[in-house]
Amino acid sequence: MKIIILGAGRVGESVAESLVSEQNDITVIDQDPTRLRLLEERLDLRGVVGNGIQPSVLQEAGARDADMVIACAPGDEANLVVCKIAHDVFNVPTTIARLRSPEFIEGDELLGKSGFAVDHVICPEESVTRYIHQLISYPEALQVLEFAEGRASLIAVRASAGSLLANHTIAEFRERIPHAEMRVVAIYRQDAEVEAVPETRILPGDEVFVLADTQKIRMVLGAIHNIDQPVRRLMIAGGGKVGLRLARSLVGQCEVKIIERDKRRCEYLASQLPTSMLILEGDGADEDLLLEENVGEMDLFLALTSDDEDNILSAMLAKRLGANRVLSLINRRVYADMMQRSTIDIAISPSQTVIGELLTHLRRGDVAAVHSLRRGAAEALEGVARGDAKTSKLVGRRVEEIKLPKGARIGAIVRGEGRSSAVLMPHHDTLIEADDHVIIFIPNKRLVREVERLFQVSATFFG
Amino acid sequence: MLSLLLPSLAVFSRVLIGFSPSFLVPLAWAWFLDAERHRLIWEAGFALSLVSGLVLMLLTRRHRRELQARDGFLLVNLVWLLLPAYAALPLMYTVPDITWVKAYFEAMSALTATGSTALSGLDHLPVSVNVWRCFLQLIGGLGIMLLVVAVLPMLGLGGYQVYKSETPGPMKDAKFTPRISETARGLWSVYFGFSVACLLAYRWAGMSWADAFMHMCSTMGLGGFSPYDASLGHFGSREVERVAMVFMALAGINFLRYFIVIRSRSLRPLTADREIRTYVAVLVVSIVLVAVLLTAHGVYTDFAQSLHASAFHVISLATTTGYAATDYALWPVFAPVLLLFLGSFVSCAGSTGGGIKMVRMILLIKQARSELVRIVHPRVVNPVTLGGRVLPVTVLTATFGFMLIYGASIMGLTMVMLFSGLDLVTAFSAVIATVNNIGPGLGLVGPASNFGVLNDFQLWVLTYAMLLGRLELLSVLVLFTGAFWRR
Repeated sequence: MKIIILGAGRVGESVAESLVSEQNDITVIDQDPTRLRLLEERLDLRGVVGNGIQPSVLQEAGARDADMVIACAPGDEANLVVCKIAHDVFNVPTTIARLRSPEFIEGDELLGKSGFAVDHVICPEESVTRYIHQLISYPEALQVLEFAEGRASLIAVRASAGSLLANHTIAEFRERIPHAEMRVVAIYRQDAEVEAVPETRILPGDEVFVLADTQKIRMVLGAIHNIDQPVRRLMIAGGGKVGLRLARSLVGQCEVKIIERDKRRCEYLASQLPTSMLILEGDGADEDLLLEENVGEMDLFLALTSDDEDNILSAMLAKRLGANRVLSLINRRVYADMMQRSTIDIAISPSQTVIGELLTHLRRGDVAAVHSLRRGAAEALEGVARGDAKTSKLVGRRVEEIKLPKGARIGAIVRGEGRSSAVLMPHHDTLIEADDHVIIFIPNKRLVREVERLFQVSATFFG
Repeated sequence: MLSLLLPSLAVFSRVLIGFSPSFLVPLAWAWFLDAERHRLIWEAGFALSLVSGLVLMLLTRRHRRELQARDGFLLVNLVWLLLPAYAALPLMYTVPDITWVKAYFEAMSALTATGSTALSGLDHLPVSVNVWRCFLQLIGGLGIMLLVVAVLPMLGLGGYQVYKSETPGPMKDAKFTPRISETARGLWSVYFGFSVACLLAYRWAGMSWADAFMHMCSTMGLGGFSPYDASLGHFGSREVERVAMVFMALAGINFLRYFIVIRSRSLRPLTADREIRTYVAVLVVSIVLVAVLLTAHGVYTDFAQSLHASAFHVISLATTTGYAATDYALWPVFAPVLLLFLGSFVSCAGSTGGGIKMVRMILLIKQARSELVRIVHPRVVNPVTLGGRVLPVTVLTATFGFMLIYGASIMGLTMVMLFSGLDLVTAFSAVIATVNNIGPGLGLVGPASNFGVLNDFQLWVLTYAMLLGRLELLSVLVLFTGAFWRR
């Protein structure tokens, strides 16, 4: 696929990074030649220097025969205009814009073909906020991802000693909690994958990926991890866009303290949030301030500034001062991998959270949702099985008959639409029906293409 | 000194000309209902104000210029000092045994929509006199200058200064339309619309057209004059009292909000407004509280009756109208004191009511709360916000300044009243009732009595208190500062 990416900022870069490895032709447009050169050196892509809202620059970047334009410039205005030009002048079939303002909603007439012609909207701040909010709602989980419009969820959770299922094999799960419809799709021990077969024994400290009915999440979490107190008190270091959005989503749910360095920003936050939320002016790594504000009593400490080092430091400090759990935004993947298993309980790379959303739009066939796991190493993919026994590689076949690449596993099937839908945990003889949503865990990104092919309907379907 | 005054006088002459048609309203009623002698008085009033306005305009025609901040304050003070004099003149020739003090007090009380009367035997006055008293409240309620700005733009009174110095509330920079005259027109249209509805509602509730008109005027202006000594109790009708309640409560809300509601075709500006929500909450809580008290003390036999009486008097006093359906001064003492207390702050900024205004109260409470939080969390940043916006420190300090002057004025005026020989309850309640433009006080000036019992000196002091309250202290007191007169 030929893809043009506008803007080589943090989002643009990670988008490019995740797409390059999928054998696409990537062209990145940015006004900063040094930044582009660095990207070109590191990744297999082409850089075009110039202002992307000029048609001549887009033309030079090959917009004539591009399949997709992804606009990730810092300003909403530029992204809107680029999508419009790409669609109107160059007939680019798919346009994606990163829009920060919550007033632009995907599917709105304003963004329609006669409007700004934006097919899909991505907003990293929004994705990160939703992601963190899930973690606050389910404090035991490392990651909670939704499939089939929220019917099924994939949960990553660290097994703890003394929990119901620790030191038991997967086969024993069924007997120990008979009512929980769940399926262990992957286990990571010391950052290495362990095959999830019925005989595998779960040890304390393992990172376990479980697919379950969304309504059963609590039960599943409780079985693998000791039940934590719900998060009531939390402290946020950094009142940027993510901090503000998160605080807004927590109104009435938690006691929130926000530490922000900039006085003016503090005042803005105070005007946007209810007075019950405390806005503190200061540095998130200021030990005195943290102590003064009882960081030790916090259920969760979140470091959400835009600076990796600051986040890591303040999160570590908060942990040292007694915060129950600490979470940090870390953009650099190396740092994130490094920190997650040490002092910092949860490390999130913001750019990665949005990639999943983006991937969904990129994939061929009937892929309904894609989430990247373990910061991009693995993926979970939801596809819709179309066609019939003749045309489809899935429909009308038993699970054991489906040729999945090695390591990939069918985690759950969601059958039916809307209220009447049901989440099924497939067995080897479960028959897949047309229009089932099949959720597949893929341990390695390289296998994604093969899995996607399963969902493609062969040509005879149309003939 | 005079040269400072001249530009304002030039504009004042135009205001006076604009004011003169007001005399036609009582004239119209006199035409149908009164003796010929009264018609002549209104005609004379009309002619006098028109002619003196024209003469003044000719004399000062060279001195017309764009008004500056200082001229705005001078103008507003001139208007509010001199127009009551014009308005008082006809009373001298129509009300038996009246003195100039009483007439001026009555006119000031009417124009500031206070509703304290110094007259008795209202029932025997000619209809046109009562119409005049009430009609002045309708004009003064929303603001004379605002009216002039709205209907007579050719007078060249486009000045924002004028609007600022007369409209109540701590934040007057809320310009809703690009041109101030358009805002003024919008406000008056809304006001007029409500007035028509109120008139019809009173008529429906069983009043005669004349009574309905007069009560409409004093209800919408939140004044509280009535053509009867017994006030609204004269009718003894629940329907009348209910109509009064509804329109008093409506008039106690910022008229700009209604204007915005009509413009934006959505009720949100009304329902989401912090001031209005607090206004409603305070009213509801007070009504229930007083109703419980009345029932507990056996003033009324059943709760429904208590609730009705409580609702009527709470709304009437809290919105600074001052109607009485019964002598509430005889209620357990908590109730009348609470009513006066409510009157001093419940009305919203930009309404026709008087007092501190609800929004200032909200700001003060918010500031107090934020200080308390700061004691526990020294590094907290919690500026006072209103409607999702941080208030500039200048607005807050202005509010504190206002409160300080307000408190000092109440204290000072009360001391003056005590000095003149009144008892504490009468002195204090009379000052509260006039500074907040409520109307009836307690003691000698309670709802069953009137201000006619006071001596001339006391009446002059209270007249001044009404003016202070209507122009929200600062616009009047600024004239007493040296800096104002320095060039």
